[in-house]
Amino acid sequence: MRKIGWSEVTPRADWLNRRQLMAAAGVIGLAGPAFARVEARPSRFSTDEKPNTFEEISNYNNFYEFGLDKADPARHAGALTVDPWSVEIAGLVERPGSYPLDDILKSVTLEERIYRLRCVEGWSMVVPWIGFELRELLERAGVRPAAKFVAFETLVRPEEMPGVRSRILDWPYREGLRLDEAMHPLTILATGLYGEEMPKQNGAPIRLVVPWKYGFKSIKSIVRISLVETMPATSWNMQNPREYGFYSNVNPAVDHPRWSQASERRIGSGFFAPRIETRLFNGYEEEVAHLYAGQDLKVDF
Amino acid sequence: MIAQRINGVLRPVPTGFVYAAGLVPLALLVWQAATGGLGVDPVKAIEHRLGELALQFLVGVLAISPLRWWTGVNLIRFRRAIGLLSFFYVCLHLSVWLALDLQFRWAEIGADIAKRPYITLGMLAFVAMIPLAVTSTNGAIRRMGASAWTRLHRLTYLVAVLGALHFLLLVKAWPPEPIIYLGCVLFLLGLRAFRALRRGG
Repeated sequence: MRKIGWSEVTPRADWLNRRQLMAAAGVIGLAGPAFARVEARPSRFSTDEKPNTFEEISNYNNFYEFGLDKADPARHAGALTVDPWSVEIAGLVERPGSYPLDDILKSVTLEERIYRLRCVEGWSMVVPWIGFELRELLERAGVRPAAKFVAFETLVRPEEMPGVRSRILDWPYREGLRLDEAMHPLTILATGLYGEEMPKQNGAPIRLVVPWKYGFKSIKSIVRISLVETMPATSWNMQNPREYGFYSNVNPAVDHPRWSQASERRIGSGFFAPRIETRLFNGYEEEVAHLYAGQDLKVDF
Repeated sequence: MIAQRINGVLRPVPTGFVYAAGLVPLALLVWQAATGGLGVDPVKAIEHRLGELALQFLVGVLAISPLRWWTGVNLIRFRRAIGLLSFFYVCLHLSVWLALDLQFRWAEIGADIAKRPYITLGMLAFVAMIPLAVTSTNGAIRRMGASAWTRLHRLTYLVAVLGALHFLLLVKAWPPEPIIYLGCVLFLLGLRAFRALRRGG
């Protein structure tokens, strides 16, 4: 497979220019936290809800490769080697190959996307991700017309991931999107949050964020992206197909078989903070509802 | 020999000591909650810990008889305290669920109890514990008679199974903890069945 340097694709002058724009945005206070190490443009897709603290976001994680407790990833992910890192792009693409992360990052526009995150377990957060649209990377790789779905895989490295000794899921962790979902501008690959590089427990160095779906769809520490013709197998669906569908769109009207999805608790809002009504597509209905026109969301859950 | 020495050491221990010791985890939990030691989602942490304590005391109650049968260590005197502590933690666990987690959203609470097997089982376990707690006095044993009282208190077996299933059904996938609790409960009930069969046959 041919290795592609992104500098071949994007003229240097262009991204230099982009950096200058971002610097200018920083001067007038548009570029997020004042001491941000990762520069990112603000986005019209960001919510104005108050983000959770960095502490909350980085100490309450479901990342079973590092253990089942919410605090396990923060405890154990420190050993993960995230540099060097490359993502293999395979399947129905014009330019398959191993794409080094630093090359990927040279070619994309980093934005700050402040998104709601709704976990299938009934809690939610607001996270100021930094990332770029998945579409940008897929377009670089050149999606072939036959491709209908995108499949993702997480790293499996037992010596750095104590949780994979447990057979709780069939590793590697797998996720997937329909191509139109993957190409949607809300769908990002995130490489940082709060102006910092992505904490390892949050899926460093590169993870998916699909804000209108339950959190488990937003696969972490991605090493492989394949464009495929048929709906790919996904980890939670393989584990329990009755409870976790391929789509897993946030939907208060479609309960988990064992618990209600009607409302959620916002993490970090205190002992007596009111529960929040869960919204269809996690509040991104206007942006994404058209993707599912004609589909019965109770069947395609 | 060893069993007799243990029994000898325990003889002067007042049951009040067991109640006091059983409240230490609660004190610890309150202290952790007050100092931010429960992590990012303290409501869930408290709810989970209280339920877990109730299950642990329940397993403790079930262990007392087999322990006496097979080792001679006699903790019968402390059983009521341990059982009541379990009920106490179940009440706190339920209160936290109603007040802090579901926040008295009665429509959702009602739907959950009716529709969610793990909550239905948990509520059944709670309800089944009420007559046990109410009859946990010497007076009640006298009034009921020992054999009727003993029969009633076999409800503990059902409560323990329901409690362990309640835990197992609320988790995603098959993590070890709830499986271990259910295993302990089934093992301790199995020991009873084994003994009953052997004595019967």
